[in-house]
Amino acid sequence: MGSIDLTIIWAGIIGFAVFAYVVMDGFDLGIGILFPSFAVGDERNQAMNSIAPVWDGNETWLVMGGGGLLAAFPLAYAIILPATYPLMIAMLLGLVFRGVAFEFRWRDARHRPIWDIAFTLGSVVAALAQGMTLGAILQGIRVEGGAYAGGWLDWLSPFSLLTGVSVVVGYGLLGATWLVWKTDGAAQAHARRLALWLGAATLVMLAAVSAATPFLAYDYWRHWFAMPGILLTAQVPLLVAIVAFAFFWSLRRGAERLPFLLALGLFLLGFVGLGISIYPYVVPRAVTIWDAAAPPQSQLFMLVGAVVIVPVILAYTGWAYWVFRGKVGTQGYH
Amino acid sequence: MMDAVLLARAQFAFTVSFHFIFPAFSIGLASYLMVLEGLWLKTGRGVYANLYRYWLKIFAVAFGMGVVSGLVMSYQFGTNWSVFSTKAGPVIGPLMAYEVLTAFFLEAGFLGVMLFGISKVGRGLHFFATCMVALGTFISAFWILSANSWMQTPVGYAINAKGQFVPAGSWLPIIFNPSFPFRLVHTVIAAYLTTALVVGGVGAWHLLKDRTNPGARKMFSMAMWMAALVAPIQILAGDAHGLNTLEHQPAKVLAMEGDYHPSPDGAPLILFGLPSNAEARVRYEVAIPKMGSLILKHDLNAPLPGLTDFPRAKWPPTPIVFWSFRIMVALGLAMLGLGLWSLLARARRRLYDWPWLHRAAVAMGPAGFVAVIAGWMTTEVGRQPYTVYGLLETAHSHSPLAAPAVAASLLAFVLVYFFAFGAGTMYLLRLMAKPPEPGEAEPPHVPQRAAGITPAPAVGDAIPGAE
Repeated sequence: MGSIDLTIIWAGIIGFAVFAYVVMDGFDLGIGILFPSFAVGDERNQAMNSIAPVWDGNETWLVMGGGGLLAAFPLAYAIILPATYPLMIAMLLGLVFRGVAFEFRWRDARHRPIWDIAFTLGSVVAALAQGMTLGAILQGIRVEGGAYAGGWLDWLSPFSLLTGVSVVVGYGLLGATWLVWKTDGAAQAHARRLALWLGAATLVMLAAVSAATPFLAYDYWRHWFAMPGILLTAQVPLLVAIVAFAFFWSLRRGAERLPFLLALGLFLLGFVGLGISIYPYVVPRAVTIWDAAAPPQSQLFMLVGAVVIVPVILAYTGWAYWVFRGKVGTQGYH
Repeated sequence: MMDAVLLARAQFAFTVSFHFIFPAFSIGLASYLMVLEGLWLKTGRGVYANLYRYWLKIFAVAFGMGVVSGLVMSYQFGTNWSVFSTKAGPVIGPLMAYEVLTAFFLEAGFLGVMLFGISKVGRGLHFFATCMVALGTFISAFWILSANSWMQTPVGYAINAKGQFVPAGSWLPIIFNPSFPFRLVHTVIAAYLTTALVVGGVGAWHLLKDRTNPGARKMFSMAMWMAALVAPIQILAGDAHGLNTLEHQPAKVLAMEGDYHPSPDGAPLILFGLPSNAEARVRYEVAIPKMGSLILKHDLNAPLPGLTDFPRAKWPPTPIVFWSFRIMVALGLAMLGLGLWSLLARARRRLYDWPWLHRAAVAMGPAGFVAVIAGWMTTEVGRQPYTVYGLLETAHSHSPLAAPAVAASLLAFVLVYFFAFGAGTMYLLRLMAKPPEPGEAEPPHVPQRAAGITPAPAVGDAIPGAE
C-alpha cells in the first residue's frame, strides 16, 4: 500500500473523528448553550439527565481528533495549535468548566446556580472557540519553513467571529432537537419552539459563511465554481435546501426523532462543503495533507488499530445509547 | 525566547501534575470497585454493595476531573511544544492514538452504564461495565507510560530527511523500550498504593468516630492488607527501576543521589544535604559511606561515576531531583511502616481498636499523591535538559510563541484549576467525611435514581455483624 493512499485514508479518518465529535458533543454543548432558557428544576434536570451518561464518551472524539492529528499529520498539529493558541486554551478551559459542572451541580445544591452558569459559559466558550478555529483555518495561516510564523492574535477577524457564532447557533439547534427527541410535556414544547428559531438562524449563518468563504481566496472560488466541478458542488446547496425544508416540515408535523436527524444532515452538508473548499490542504494554501503526513509506517501501524477498534467503539457506544434509550422524564427513562 | 520556554515548561509541569493526581487515584479506585462488586456478586454480602456505592460516588467526581484535565494534556503538546510534536509525533503520536482508541473510549463508553445503569442492565452486565472501566484505566497507563518511557529511553527509531524521529522497523522495540516495563510496574503499583492509603485513611477516620461501623471496618481492613502486601513490592520495583535508570540515564541517578564526583572505591549514600550545581557539591551533607554503591550496584566497593563526568550543560537541576526523590522514598518507607503496623495490630486483634494506628492512617491518607508527584518530578526533571533523552533538547522543542501569550494562558490555567478542582476536592472530602451507611444510595444526584433501586439483599445484609 503506497503512502498516498494511507494519507488520504487518514485524512478521512480524522475527518470522521471530527464529524463524530461535532455530531455527539454538538448537542451536549448545545444543551449547555440553551441551559439558561430552561426553567430551574425539572426542566434543567431533564436536560442534564439526557446527556449525563454519554457526554464523556462524546468528548473522547475530541481527544481522538487531537491525538489522531498529532499521530497522522504531526506538522499540521504543530502549525494549527500555536496559530490558534488563545482559542485552544479558551476551548480547553471552557470544557473544564462544562465537564466538572455535570457532577458538581448535584453535589452542592446551595451553589447549583453557580455551576449552572459555569456549565453554560463553558459550553458557549468551547463552541465559540471551535467555530473561530474553523474560521481561522479557512482564512489561512502564515507558515514559513514548516512552522507557524504569525502573531498570537492573527486568528481574530470578522470572518472567524462569524464562524464562531455560527457554530454556537448550530450546536444550539442540535441541543434543542435532541431535547425534542428525549423529553416530553412542557420541556419538549419549549425545545420545539427553540428548534424552530434556531433552525432558521442556523440556515442564515450557513448561508453567510458559504457566501463569505469563496471570497477569502481564489482557490475556494475555483473549487466551487469552476466547470465541470460545479455540476457536483451545486448539489450541496440544493441538498441543504431540501433538508431544510424537510426539517421545518417535520418540526411542524410534531415528529420527535426526525428534526434531530435532519439537523445532523445540515451539519453533514456543511462539513462536506468545508471539505470541498479545503481539500487537499490541511492548512489552506500552505500545507497539503501529504506535506503534513507522518511516515507510512506510522500511519499503517495506526490504521491496523483503527480498522479493528473503531467498529468496536461504535458498537459499544451504540449499546450505551441504547441502554439509556427513550424519554428522560423527571423520574426515569421509562 | 528563554522566558517563553520557561513559562511553557511551568505550564506543562502545572497541568500534568494536576492531571496526574486524578488517574493515580482512578486507576486504583476503578480496580477497587471491580473487586468490591465482584465480591458482592460472589458472596451476596451487603457490606460490599454498600461500599461499592459509597466509593462509586467518589469515583464519579474524581473521574470527571481526570477527563477534563486529561483533555488539556492532549492539546498541550501542540500548543506549547510544537517542534517536539513535529519531530517526535510520528513515534509518540501513534502510541497516544492507541491510548485513545483502546482506553479512553472503553472507559468513557462503559462509565455511563457503570454510574447510572445499575437499574437498566442486569448485575452481570453491570459488573462487566465496571471491569471494562477498570481495564480501560490500566490500558491507558500502558500506552501513556510507553510514550513517556520512549522519551526517556528512545530506541528503534531512525531520523528522516525532515529531521523527524520515525520508526526504524518494528514497533515492538519502541513500545517495549528499555525503561517501560519498570516504569509501568512502578507507576501502576503507585496508583494502587495511593488508592489504598485514601481508602484506609477514610476508613480510619470513621473508625475513630465509631469503631463498630461495618463499612469502615471492611474498607480499613482491605486497605491495610493492600498497604502491607504492596508497599514492600513497590520498594523492590523502585529499586529495579533505579538500576535500570542508572544503566540508561546515569546523570539522572547521580542527580538523585547527589553524586557530583566519581567514587572509584564505592559511593556513599547521602541522606540529606543541599546540592549545589554551581559549587558542584552537596553542602552540609549527612552520608553513610559505601551504602550508595550497595544500593545501586548491590556491592559495597563498586565504583560509580559522578556528574562531573558529564558536560556541565547536560546536568539536570540537581536540587529538585535530589529532594523530590528523598520525599518519595521517605513516604514509601512510611507506607511500609503503616503496613507492618497494621499486621501487628491484626496479630494482636486490635486492628479496629487502636486509635493511634487509625490516626496514623488518616495522616497517611494523602501520602500517595505526594509520593506520586514527587516521583514524577524526579523522573521528569531528571530527564532535563532533554525532551527526547540525549537527542532533542527542551530548549529546541517549544512552540514559536510570545512570552505574554504563554504567561496569560498559564495564569488562566492556574486560576481555573484552583477554582474548579479546588471545589471538586472539597466535594470529594465532603463525600468522604460521610460515614458509609447500610443501604448506601446510588450516585444520588439524578432524580430518576433516587428511589426503589437499592437491591434488597444489600439492605438486609449490611447491618452490623458483617465484620
